Amino acid sequence: MSRKEKIWWWVAGIAILVYCLFPIAWIVSVSFKAPSDLSNKQFLPDGATWENYRTIFTGSGGDLFLPALRNSFGICLIATAISCLLSMFAAYAIARLDFPGKKLILSTALVVAIFPVISIVTPLFNVWRQIGLYDTWPGLIIPYLSLTLPISIWTMSAFFREIPWEMEQAAQVDGATTWQAFRKVIVPLAAPGVFTTAIIAFFIAWNDFVYGISLTSTSAARPVPAALGLFSGASQFEDPTGAIAAAAVIVTIPVVVLVLVFQRRIVAGLTNGAVKG
Amino acid sequence: MTQTTLPPVEKTQPVSAPHGTISDRSKAERKLGWLLAGPAFFVMLAVTAYPILQAVYESLFSYRLTDPDNRSFNGLSNYWVILSDSLWWTSLGVTLLITVVTVLVELVLGFALAMVMAKALKSIRPVIRAAILIPYAVITVVSAFAWQFAFDINTGFVNRWFDWIPGISADTDWFGGQGTSLLVICLAEIWKTTPFISLLLLAGLAQVPEVLQEAAKVDGATWWQRLWRVTLPNMKAAIMVALLFRTLDAFRVFDTIFVMTNGANNTESVSFLAYRQTIARLEIGLGSAVSVLLFLCVVLLAAMFIKGFKVDLAQARGE
Repeated sequence: MSRKEKIWWWVAGIAILVYCLFPIAWIVSVSFKAPSDLSNKQFLPDGATWENYRTIFTGSGGDLFLPALRNSFGICLIATAISCLLSMFAAYAIARLDFPGKKLILSTALVVAIFPVISIVTPLFNVWRQIGLYDTWPGLIIPYLSLTLPISIWTMSAFFREIPWEMEQAAQVDGATTWQAFRKVIVPLAAPGVFTTAIIAFFIAWNDFVYGISLTSTSAARPVPAALGLFSGASQFEDPTGAIAAAAVIVTIPVVVLVLVFQRRIVAGLTNGAVKG
Repeated sequence: MTQTTLPPVEKTQPVSAPHGTISDRSKAERKLGWLLAGPAFFVMLAVTAYPILQAVYESLFSYRLTDPDNRSFNGLSNYWVILSDSLWWTSLGVTLLITVVTVLVELVLGFALAMVMAKALKSIRPVIRAAILIPYAVITVVSAFAWQFAFDINTGFVNRWFDWIPGISADTDWFGGQGTSLLVICLAEIWKTTPFISLLLLAGLAQVPEVLQEAAKVDGATWWQRLWRVTLPNMKAAIMVALLFRTLDAFRVFDTIFVMTNGANNTESVSFLAYRQTIARLEIGLGSAVSVLLFLCVVLLAAMFIKGFKVDLAQARGE
């Protein structure tokens, strides 16, 4: 590669970096602006301050933000765990066993993945109010399964197909039952795929907004994106911009950490499954 | 690399067992198959099929949550009310506009990103890959706020940075009109979802045989000719899959609009209309009807892609 070409690729690479990180850098910068700096029309604050973070953790925003953070973590982790467990069994059956209805299951997952979320919200809103699931954790965990299950089944089946199954047969030849072969041989081999799927499912649940604002009304179950969307300041005279930016930075930290640590696996998972929830 | 096959959506395998004798082992395998896959299948159906049927049922009633005693069956008249209201057609137009603009821009931009990633020097490739995942992983609401604050007349820097462009000045109110609001909404959507498309296209690029590229080069084809005659035709399937998923995803646009304009200045999407009828106005009957119409739109779009463009999902997966 010539020197000129090399420089060109570097420029293109840096352009991509700027494209990807610029809005994030901007929201971080806003989160460090003092109220007087907010309308300075500059990218950077005149003097950085932790004030906005104090507002959302200990100040007037704490009552809203902290429960929302707890709800988000709790609900998303439980929904991710359930959908990974269910799709782990399903994906094993799809990748490994020969049974009728395999295609039906994959097609159903595809249809559910392209399903408009709002179409589910309207009836759930009504039913949840009647049976007491409105504004509760299970009331969000159940619909989150519709977001996370399809992509989990697809991604995990794709991973499971790449596992060297001869090892399972070898175990069966040695006298292990189908179930033992699954548990003792396949689970350790399948763990990376399951793990990657869990990360992607978590991203999707963490990103949810529609269910969050529609099926909750108090801090009992309202997750962070919904709390952010509905946050309008402690009083009507207070500009919530700084506090929103600080809260936005806090909820972005977990996903950025996951991306930085597991980037290679996430890319493999996304392109293997080729489905977005 | 082994890939998954995907049947066309509307074709499903008959579940009935074939005639003839089946060995005990294969019988047991069938049983185990449904035992393992059944729960996931059942839960998926329960959380989508049941609610949509419920919505179809409720859309046939005149029903306000604040006035439950006056619930009455009124057939298809909710649909008539919606379809004869300009609100529905405005929101459908806005949704289609956002979908077409974002998907087209994302396709071109995503392809450029994929090309850079495919060719980038080994030393910077991991950095780019990590960076490109960040917009994908960031919460849509957070991205919407970032773009809103950047363009906002009070807190933003955009007016100041770009005041040399005709039409932009210190007091340009981006969220004061329909056109400019939609522009910012599209920008935020494009930023957030282009990485996903580019990753799918990158996987498609990897499937283009290197031999063909070399042969075209030897025959004296220019870079542009090779792009149009070799690269693109060979990754048509991957492009179509990316298009299908992004189109259906873009059609559901909601979060960004909610944060940026809350539907003001005719920026309401179909999803937003359904949300407002149900959750804000508690018109369960009307809201359900909008939900059902939205669902039908998505089904129609998906059918158009799969039938019309002959999207072969199995082929895209390298089979």
